[in-house]
Amino acid sequence: MLINYYGRLADVTGCAEESVLLPAGISTAFEFRDWLERKHNLGSALSDPAIRIAVNDEIIASDRALSANDEIAFLPPVGGG
Amino acid sequence: MSFLRANPFSPPELLEAFERGIGNAGAVVSFSGYVRAENRDETVASLFLQHHPTLTEDGIEAAIQQARARWSLTATMVCHRIGEVKAGAPIVFVAAASRHRRAAFEAADFLMDYLKTEAVFWKKEVTQTGSVWIEPREEDYVDRARWSSQKRG
Repeated sequence: MLINYYGRLADVTGCAEESVLLPAGISTAFEFRDWLERKHNLGSALSDPAIRIAVNDEIIASDRALSANDEIAFLPPVGGG
Repeated sequence: MSFLRANPFSPPELLEAFERGIGNAGAVVSFSGYVRAENRDETVASLFLQHHPTLTEDGIEAAIQQARARWSLTATMVCHRIGEVKAGAPIVFVAAASRHRRAAFEAADFLMDYLKTEAVFWKKEVTQTGSVWIEPREEDYVDRARWSSQKRG
């Protein structure tokens, strides 16, 4: 799966983009988010309610199942131009 | 057409191009925004604008559709820089054309409020002392909220 971290989140994770296999036992977007937080030692940087999650370029309003080829993006609040 | 430009653009040239395609408008209003060289008493060298490959342009398109539903416009144009934009350089250009001036003024103002608060950009300010990601200013939200409390015009 391709993961993109936008804005200040890339400074927090140390990368703007990474590719990982969907880990065994992880099946939803929120589970995956929490797994990434543990992997990078991020505390609650991704589960902060201000951070929106996009799956395949669509912002999700609630948790949903993931498939192996989904693209995930973590979006901090947008600041306008 | 794409609203995003990775390279410098000239607002006068955009306005000239825009005015060639305004139909039977009686009014054209344009806004050009430039990167200020100072902010909060710090000297700004440049801004860095990050965008999303689909959400940024989809959002701008939706804002233009809202403006067109609300005001009678013969043409609109939005152009926004992405990437590194040096202090003093143009960062945004908005134009609206209509039969009468009020619609063009209001539509251009509405589109700028969208672009300054809700548009999908992540903005980093680069100064001599380092760089910092910028969050929206409170007055930007107030500006944007004007459009939900006003009577439809």
